[in-house]
Order: sequence, then structure tokens, then C-alpha cells
Amino acid sequence: MSRSDWEVVIGLEIHAQLNTAAKIFSGASTAFGAAPNVQASAVDCALPGVLPVLNRGAVERAIKLGLALGAHIAPKSVFARKNYFYPDLPKGYQISQFELPVVQGGAITIHVGEGDAAYEKSVRLTRAHLEEDAGKSLHEDFHGMSGIDLNRAGTPLLEIVSEPDMRSAAEAVAYARALHALVRWIDICDGNMQEGSFRCDANVSVRKKGATEFGTRREIKNLNSFRFLQQAIEYEVGWQIETIEDGGKVVQATVLFDPETGETRMMRSKEDAHDYRYFPDPDLLPLVIEPEWIERVKATMPELPTAMQARFERDLGLPAYDAATLTAARETADYFAATVATAGDNNAKLCANWVMGELAARLHKAGLEIDAAPVSPAQLGSLVTRIADGTVSNAIARKVFEALWNGEGTSADEIIEKQGLKQVTDSGAIEAMIDAVLAANQKSVDEFRAGKEKAFNALVGQVMKASRGKANPAQVSEMLRRKLGA
Amino acid sequence: MPLSNEQVERLARLARLAVSEDAIDTTRAQLDSIFALITQMQAVDTTGIAPMSHPQELAARLRDDVVTETDRRAAFQAVAPQSEAGLYLVPQVIE
Amino acid sequence: MSDTPLFDASVSFLRRALDARKISSVELASVFLDRIATLEPKLNAFVTVDRERALADAKAADARIAKGEAGPLTGIPLAHKDVFCTEGVLTSCGSKMLANFVSPYDAHVVTLLKDAGVVCLGKTNMDEFAMGSSTETSHFGSTHNPWKPGHVPGGSSGGSAAAVAARLAPIATGTDTGGSIRQPASFCNVTGIKPTYGLVSRYGLIAYASSLDQGGAFGGSAEDCALLLGAMTGFDKRDSTSLDRAPENYAAALAAPPADAAKPLAGLTVGLPREFFAAGMSDDIRVAVDAALAQYRALGATTREVDLPNAKLAIPAYYVIAMAEASSNLSRFDGVRYGHRAAHYDDLFDMYCKSRGEGFGDEVKRRILVGTYVLSHGYYDAYYLQAQKLRRLIAEDFRRAFAECDLIAGPTSPVTAWALGAMSGDPVQMYLADIYTTPVNLAGLPGLSHPCGFDRAGLPVGLQLIGNYFSEAKLLEAAHRFQQATDWHLRRPALAA
Repeated sequence: MSRSDWEVVIGLEIHAQLNTAAKIFSGASTAFGAAPNVQASAVDCALPGVLPVLNRGAVERAIKLGLALGAHIAPKSVFARKNYFYPDLPKGYQISQFELPVVQGGAITIHVGEGDAAYEKSVRLTRAHLEEDAGKSLHEDFHGMSGIDLNRAGTPLLEIVSEPDMRSAAEAVAYARALHALVRWIDICDGNMQEGSFRCDANVSVRKKGATEFGTRREIKNLNSFRFLQQAIEYEVGWQIETIEDGGKVVQATVLFDPETGETRMMRSKEDAHDYRYFPDPDLLPLVIEPEWIERVKATMPELPTAMQARFERDLGLPAYDAATLTAARETADYFAATVATAGDNNAKLCANWVMGELAARLHKAGLEIDAAPVSPAQLGSLVTRIADGTVSNAIARKVFEALWNGEGTSADEIIEKQGLKQVTDSGAIEAMIDAVLAANQKSVDEFRAGKEKAFNALVGQVMKASRGKANPAQVSEMLRRKLGA
Repeated sequence: MPLSNEQVERLARLARLAVSEDAIDTTRAQLDSIFALITQMQAVDTTGIAPMSHPQELAARLRDDVVTETDRRAAFQAVAPQSEAGLYLVPQVIE
Repeated sequence: MSDTPLFDASVSFLRRALDARKISSVELASVFLDRIATLEPKLNAFVTVDRERALADAKAADARIAKGEAGPLTGIPLAHKDVFCTEGVLTSCGSKMLANFVSPYDAHVVTLLKDAGVVCLGKTNMDEFAMGSSTETSHFGSTHNPWKPGHVPGGSSGGSAAAVAARLAPIATGTDTGGSIRQPASFCNVTGIKPTYGLVSRYGLIAYASSLDQGGAFGGSAEDCALLLGAMTGFDKRDSTSLDRAPENYAAALAAPPADAAKPLAGLTVGLPREFFAAGMSDDIRVAVDAALAQYRALGATTREVDLPNAKLAIPAYYVIAMAEASSNLSRFDGVRYGHRAAHYDDLFDMYCKSRGEGFGDEVKRRILVGTYVLSHGYYDAYYLQAQKLRRLIAEDFRRAFAECDLIAGPTSPVTAWALGAMSGDPVQMYLADIYTTPVNLAGLPGLSHPCGFDRAGLPVGLQLIGNYFSEAKLLEAAHRFQQATDWHLRRPALAA
């Protein structure tokens, strides 16, 4: 049997750390990078007698995600205790949501592949629930012991669970990327994967094509980059197919991905059959979300990427590809929108070209994010305006852009003025230049007259060169043709 | 239904409680008598009764998203069995 | 002043003495500290007595009194049950697990009482993690009943009840999860009240069963309880289950003169649950309770029978819920951040098992095991969920009963104090003695126990009053009128040093 006889089934559980100031059940700070345990309050350390009180900010962020996914926001949800022993879990239970999660259902559109192989797909969400993060076990050797840091304990998480709708590692990565962009778009999570703000667990199984039952799945834990997600799933799929084809059986298990070897391996520590003994947390009353609260949150929501994409196509006349690219990240969309605000809706396509073209390339080269671009949207917008009104050609505009990038002036107009880059449209001046070029390039003139169109382009190039790029190429071309009597 | 010693041992593992070999029979017998008491509940038909998880059936009160706590590590770790460099020390955690 | 020894006096008497500068708070604290020093070897009511801290508190109280800034409890000595966290003071919860735990913070109740200017004499003995009805499961040894050393004081707040009964402290705090204030109050001939769930903050109260635990007060009379309870209640934003209500002045309610001095309880209907008066209680208790009810009628109250048909299911439902919650609440005691850690272990798993195995006593371990079982996969519906459904049936019974009466009365316990060790071989037999108190916790209602006589062996009998939600003032007033007309609560055990 070959790989193509198998179908891969993937569901993802993504833990997004919510960007609240305080923890989900205590008033301790959630800031990253503090000295060990200085942000572990009495509640986070689970001192005897302390009690949790739910942070409104965490709930608000869950509501935002529910709205963004078109999900049902439960009018009543319940916090439960998930009981297990682990040194980074100070209470011996994690406060989570089990039977009644705050966000139920919903869907997200993903874009998979590139070029002709590109396709769109809708992935369904099962649920998203609020819970607290655990602390960290540090495995450096302290005389054969591990160190426990509880600064992260109690950081609010949304665990976002998908349906098993993905059929390849590429789809899983596209889904994770889409969700990553969305949580940043609605500003509920900083998305910093190195710091663990956005972590993926992948449930992977394989089955024969056409089978109706799912195969036995293994869960790959704690993937903290899209690359590892891709590699881990690909390795796991290969391993499962090989195991079955060799006559073995996949046994349900939790595995870890080792980026060094590129392999997955079983976790050793949780040897107990899981029996989490969930029950409603008696310290917390049910979370009730009134419709008015949802409306208030809705009023503060930014325009969502799908809506913005549709608007760009409809109102600005952008091609679907441009609209999708520009709305892939909040920062890009904001930059583009601000550029258009200066340049005007009529120049939206030109703005799109510049944001996706010159700006993106320059940022990539400099290793910068768009919100750190040295050229502001207003500067780029005014430059686009000058291209559109014929003040500068595209070629000159690139020079102006470079000058703006290097801080040689504060506005496009200033640079155009200072560096004398204004397009020459005085027909007398152009005519003089044409005459000089024709006189000096008799050979090209002859070739053109003999029917060689290429020679014409060479002549245009010569005139442009003579104008140091400032002549309007269309005007040059038109006048040259007239001169040559063509 | 009386418990087996294996069940008692499984519970003890799940609850992380060391129960010595010689105490296991006594423990099992005492648990059995407790179960005999609580199994009486099963005689009651509670179809259609909503469970009551709390005496005050109110909605959760929420706190504002504000940092109110300061560093009290030294005070908290003063009662820790073993700590070093601000960390609580435990026997090696193996994943 | 009268001949009443200071240690025997009421809080209001002590208040007047302090305000009139007849005695200082330091002198008053010394009276009780000296009495503790004399009688404690016999009673073992305290885990910790902190003489220096008490005297420092008293000194501060005297300064406050001198400035004319005294409140009702400023300078009054008190004992805290060792379940409440007290900053800088050992908070053991009666367990080896916390035998070295000096709390780095104060419980909300402790803060409120400090702010009121009370003088904390020490921390009282209790059943380990409040699991028991006799104070015999304490790691620090049993407390003896002041009425008959060698007998239990009841539990789990046995140390507080015994301390007040022996007048080692005029008032004391306690907690009541299934009767842990009311039952020891009845065993020791003191008054104890557990308020409506949510009135007293649980922040800093080491949890046994979170949906049932509630702090409350012990005193020599309903009046003393009213003063203490009034200072303990109040909204706490750190406890999600704390109720945001305006505090009530219970003491002022008692001080108001009744419309009819001869019949101060005229218009009060007292419900007598048929199920509480059926077979089960001892004859001596029945006689004492009947006499008390006759007294209530003499004071103008009318009595009528009511039904609590599901009350008999309270014991199994209570124990399932309490043990399930306890099994989870006690998981934090893992030897990592505080508390007992075994000296020798092989690995992390072994460290957990040995630390918890050594740190917890047998009753605590039994309850954790049962609680673990009833929450396990496959058993949850049959036990925990079923218990919660019965809980609703029991709460509904009370709701119907309170449509027909203002208060419910009956015995606090079916038995009087038993000899130490008499029940320790059979935990279930002890559980069954909680029959009258547990339904009240399941419903979250307020309950009070006050002295109403003695059995043939000279051991005290208590009458339990149960009120509707937030009827603490009504409960205290009824008990107060009873105590104005009787002297059971003034009887003192003969205690030779």
C-alpha cells in the first residue's frame, strides 16, 4: 500500500494565553520574564484557605473570540476542577471548563497552498473554554531536583478545540495560522509563540481512504512553532501508517515532539490512567453572560478580517488575492487602510501594490515588522498620490520611497522638491531631448523604420535617460512616434 | 458492592496516599461500611431533579482586570520544605 | 461590680468594665491567660496559646480605649479555631501536615476581628481538617469535655466550645460544615451559631468542603454570639461566594425591648419536624428538648409540626458531597510549597504518597479515598450527582416548612458527649450522630444551638434552632428570650485545677 491509500485526520487544541493585566483568578501580574515566583500570589501558590475570583477581562476576551468565530456564547457556563497531581499545578487541580464551556461551535476559513493548488476550506470549532495555565518545571539540575516557578500559574488561557476537520499537515498549519492571526486581530492574545502564548496540541490519526470510522489517535503535545507543528504531524503520520502496515496497532497515547531528532516519543511521566474526577468548582459560582454584555463587547470589536476582505473587494475594487493578503494580519490591514486614507479610495489598488510589493520586500530585507516600518502610511499614501497625479513615475517613486525609508525627508513632496525629482511634462523640453537623442542614434532610427519595434523602445529609454528618469514615459513615447511619423 | 484491595490501592495511588500493606484490610473494611451508608441514596428516584451544587444559586461575581498583588516570595517560601534561587525544589520531574 | 468572676462574665459586662476603666484589657487578657495556664493541661482546648502576642494586642486595645475609639469588642479576649489562617502564628488545622505551618497571611475573619480590636489568646484544637464530630482526630491529641474530662467535647470545633465552656475565653470562632459549631456547643453547654452560607467570608478558612463550610461564633449566651457574629460577617471580594449585603447589628436587635414583656415571643411560630422527633434520640434528650419547647410556648411562641421528609437522606448526601470536595481541596497539601514533606522517598510519586500518607491522619485519608472514588469516572452520576439532587430535595423541604413556621426547633444531637474512643473504631456510627445538623448545611441555612438541660450523667443537652435564609437576628433573639427566662446557659462545669 502507498501513502495515498491513507487519509489523515487532524484536530487541534490550541492554548492561547489571554493578554490580561492580571491572572484569571488572582490579582497577580501576568507579565512575562519576571524573576521566579515573584508573580505568584497567595492564590497562585495555593496557600491553605485562599479562594479564586474570576477576572472579567478574561471573560471579555472569550466573548470576543466567540463573536469572531460566529460561535454560540453560552449564557451560563461552569468552571470545573480537573484533578491531577503535578508539581507545577499548586492546587492539585486545574480550574477549567468541562461540561459547559463559554464558547460553543463556530468556524474559521483557512487558505491552504499557493498558486493553482491554492484552496479555501472552512474548519469547524467544537468549543473554546477558559482555564488557568500551570507553572513551569525547570529541569536544570538542582542537586538532582527540579525547580518550580509559579509565575505562569493562573495565567488565563482559552483552550480552542477544533473538530477533526483537517486532512493534512498543511491544513493544520493553515488553521493554526488563521487562528493565530485572528486572536491577534481581535487583540486577545499577543501570539508570541516563543514565550508560549500560543501553543498547539495536535490529535492525529490515520484511516484507510473511504473508511467511516476514525482511527486511534495520538496527541502531540506542546508544539510552539508552525514549523514544528508541520514536522511533528508529518513524522507522526508516517509513523502511524508504517506501524499499521507493519501489522502493528496504534495505541492511544500522548507524545512529545523532539525538534532535535524530528521524531515524536511517548511521554513517560503520566503513567496513571487519566481519571481527572471533574466536578463543578464549589468555590466559583456559574458564569452568567447577559446578552447586553455581549452587545457591549460587540460594539468594541474591530472589523473582522473576513468582513474587511469583502469590503476591500467591494468598495476598493481590489482583487480577491490582494484583499486576502492585506487582511492576513491586523497590522498589515491597518497600515494599508491608513495608506488609502491618505491616497484616496481611487488609488487603493496602487496602495495595495506598494504595500504588498516594495514595502513588503523592503521590510523582509530589513527583518522588520510592518508596525516598525520607517515609512509611515501617511508618507506612503502621499507618495502614491504623487504617482497617481503624474508628479513622479513609478521608477522615480521607488527612489523617493528609498529616501523616505532612509529618513532623508519627512514627506514625499519634500523629497521630490529637494532632490528635483518632479516629472518633466513641459513638451518643449521633452522635444529638445528627443531631437538630441534622434540625432545621436541614427542607427536605431533606421532599424525602427525597417520595422524593428525593439529599436523604438531603445529610443524611449535613451530619452528617459536624458531626462534622468523625470520625463513622463507615456508622453515621451507619444511624442517620439509623432516625430518618427509612425 | 464491597471493594477489592486492588481498588483501594488504585484509589490510594490516584489520591497519592501511601497506605501500608498491613493497613489495607482495615481501610477496605472501613470504606466498605462508608459505602454501605452512602449507597442508601440510590434508593431514591431523583428523575427530573436538577442537581444543586451550591446553597446560593447566584451568578459569579467578577473582579476587574487590575494587578493588586505585590511580590511576597520571601514570606511564602519561608514555609517551603525546600527552595533555592527563588524556586520550589521537588524530586526530578520526568516528562 | 458584682461578685461574678471576670472569666464568667458576659461580653457586655466586660465591655462596661473596660469602658469604665475598672479593668484594663491587659489585665483582662491576663485573667484568661492565667486560667488557660491552669486548666489547659486538663482540657487540651488549645493548639497554640500566644501569651506575648495576646498581651501586645491587649496593650494596643487599651490605647484605643483610652483614645475613646473602642468598638463593642475592643479589648475583649477571644480564641480562634485553628482552621483560620493567622499571620505569623502557627495554623495547624489540627494536622501533622500543617504542624509547622506559620501562615503568611490572615483570614478575612481574623482581619475583621483584629480591626475590631479583639485580643487573640490563641488557636483552638479541632478535628484534623475539621473532619470529625469529637475533636479526637486532632494531631495534637483530644480535647476533653469540661463537663466530664474523659469525654469528648464534640467536634470539629471542640476546642473552641470547650474553651468557652471552661471560660478559658469569653467567645471563640468556629466553623460548621455539617454541625461542627452546633454539636460541640450542645456537648459543652454553650451557645453557637452558624449563619447563612455566604455571610462569613471563607477567605483564609482552610477548606474542608467548600459548598458547606461556614464560619460562626461561640459564646456563653446568644447575646455574646450576636456581638461576635456581627463583627465576623461582611462582604469580602476575595470570596466569590461571599454575599454582598449590608451588615446587620444583631446585638442591637436583641437589646430592643419586646412589645409584650411577659410573652416576648408572641407571634413566633416554631416548627417541629416530625422526622426529628421520631425514634433515634435518647430519652434524656427528649425530656430536655420537650421542656425547652414548653418554655418557648410559655414565652408566647406557638409550636406546630412540620415535615422534612427527605432529611433522613441528609447523612449520605452530606458525606458524599463533603468527601468529594475534601478529596480535591486537600490535594494542595503535597509537600511542595508548605507543610509536611517526608524525609525519605524514591521519586516524585513516592514523595507525594509518603508526605501525604504521613501528614494526614486516618479519618482524613478515609474521606479523601471515598471522595476520590465518588468523583471517579463511572461513579460520578451514581454518587456525587445523586447527592446534589438529594440536596435540592432537602432544601425544598425546608422551603415548604418555612411557609408554615418562622423557626424550626429540635435536638442538636441525638446523643450527648460520649467517652473518648467510644466511637473511634466505627466511623459510620459517628457520622450518624450528625443527623439533625447536616440538612442545615446542605440547604445553606442558619442554625443555632443553645443549652437546654442535662442528661442523667450530667452531660449537657442542646436545642437546635434553624431559621430561613438571613434570619440570624430572629434565631438569636429567640435564644436570647429563652436565656432571659432560664439559667441553663449560666450553669458552669466544676473544674478543679
